[in-house]
Amino acid sequence: MSEQQNREKTDEPVLRIRDITKKYGENQVLKGVSFDVQLGDTKVIIGPSGTGKSTLLRCINHLDIPDNGQVFLNGHEIHGSKKDISTYRRQIGFVFQDFNLFDHLTALGNVMLGPVRVLNMSKADARDLACVELERVGLREKADLYPAQLSGGQKQRVSIARTLAMNPKLILFDEPTSALDPELIGEVLEVMKDLARSGMTMVVVTHEMGFARSVANEIIFMEDGRILEEGPPQEIFYKPKLERTRQFMRKISELYGKEDNP
Amino acid sequence: MTDLFELLTRAVPFLLQGTGVTLSLVLGSLAFGFVLGIPMAIGEVYGGRLLSRIIRIYVWFFRGVPVLVLLFLFYFGLFTLIGLNLPAFLSGIIVLGLRSTAYQSQIFRGSIQSLGRGQMMAAESLGLSRTGAIIHVILPQALRLSIPGWSNEYCILLKDTAVTYAIGVMEIMTRGNFIATTSYRPMPIFLTCAVIFIFLTYGGIYLLDFLEKKVRIPGYDEKTKEVTY
Repeated sequence: MSEQQNREKTDEPVLRIRDITKKYGENQVLKGVSFDVQLGDTKVIIGPSGTGKSTLLRCINHLDIPDNGQVFLNGHEIHGSKKDISTYRRQIGFVFQDFNLFDHLTALGNVMLGPVRVLNMSKADARDLACVELERVGLREKADLYPAQLSGGQKQRVSIARTLAMNPKLILFDEPTSALDPELIGEVLEVMKDLARSGMTMVVVTHEMGFARSVANEIIFMEDGRILEEGPPQEIFYKPKLERTRQFMRKISELYGKEDNP
Repeated sequence: MTDLFELLTRAVPFLLQGTGVTLSLVLGSLAFGFVLGIPMAIGEVYGGRLLSRIIRIYVWFFRGVPVLVLLFLFYFGLFTLIGLNLPAFLSGIIVLGLRSTAYQSQIFRGSIQSLGRGQMMAAESLGLSRTGAIIHVILPQALRLSIPGWSNEYCILLKDTAVTYAIGVMEIMTRGNFIATTSYRPMPIFLTCAVIFIFLTYGGIYLLDFLEKKVRIPGYDEKTKEVTY
């Protein structure tokens, strides 16, 4: 095992997922999912609702513990005690559909919490870092406002800053724009595009096909707890191998308007 | 009339001494319930199946039995049985405290659960431990939400302290009863007791309302409705 690990170290993917399965009661949500994410990749996972996309993301950083299968972060398997798992989690950013900002803290406080409480950074250093990250998402001047005083798009940008402050190896986005009013989606996607351009490794579950087509270097189409097809956007969008993928792409293009038509 | 005045000048200082005892009883048992109620609420929400079952049985018992029965059960029953010779005042605090623990744990449990699972997930996704998340994310919010319910618990517990009359704690009611039976003037005496209780009740509520406003999270208005910007 260690020999194998050493051999693979050189171009080890940031994230390697093997045969993840997850069952809730009688409902087999994930039926064996495997894929790799290389450094700097932006992978977009698409597929109908209820096919396990969000569960898959939560299984990756063990917010839900997978029943079977393995997750490797830079070649190290995520497993072990709760404390070990926390150590992996802090290296994996997570952006939630409904933001989950800490309501009792200001934007600045939200971004500072991780560095102070997890990385044991001094408050002064954490404050500087938080200001930099808020600047990065364009919200430096909102630092002292509380979540209830921010718009949805601003909340989501703060939550991205909160994740960035932990200096993660990759960020998982779970439908980051699905809870937003249409006119607020753009500002969040803009921040995500900037991140992708700056070389951040990202796995994004989304229905934003415009984003998928212009930013992703690979698209994963999931249905019913499995990966049906994966490939570069041009392939998935314009010449998918499976009829089912073609069907889904057609339906989603109708739903999300002309800009997504070829 | 001078007769009544004379009675009251004698009775009021005596009753006010009892007010100190009543206040100590209510503050002592509230603090008792606070210190035990919070871990109990956390145990019920985040603990394993066995732990939350034990906690639910505890709550079931202490909410199900009248406070006077509890008081007799512990003071004349259990404490005597195990040879524990506690003064009545301390016994009162313990029994009222054990009971308040049950009620307070449910106040805190409700607040914790109203936060939803997302807060815990977000904290854990940053790498915080369960304990860290509870201390830095869950409790600061849950405790704020608990103030109205806690204010209620204060009101109820304050007046329940009067039952310690039955084991001879020298609080307001015991003293009132003593003067009433020796002076044969129950009406003015018990009215004075009532007035003291009203003052204590609304004084406490006033302070807790003040606290609630002071720690309110900006962006929520008086009715804790989110303000739209």
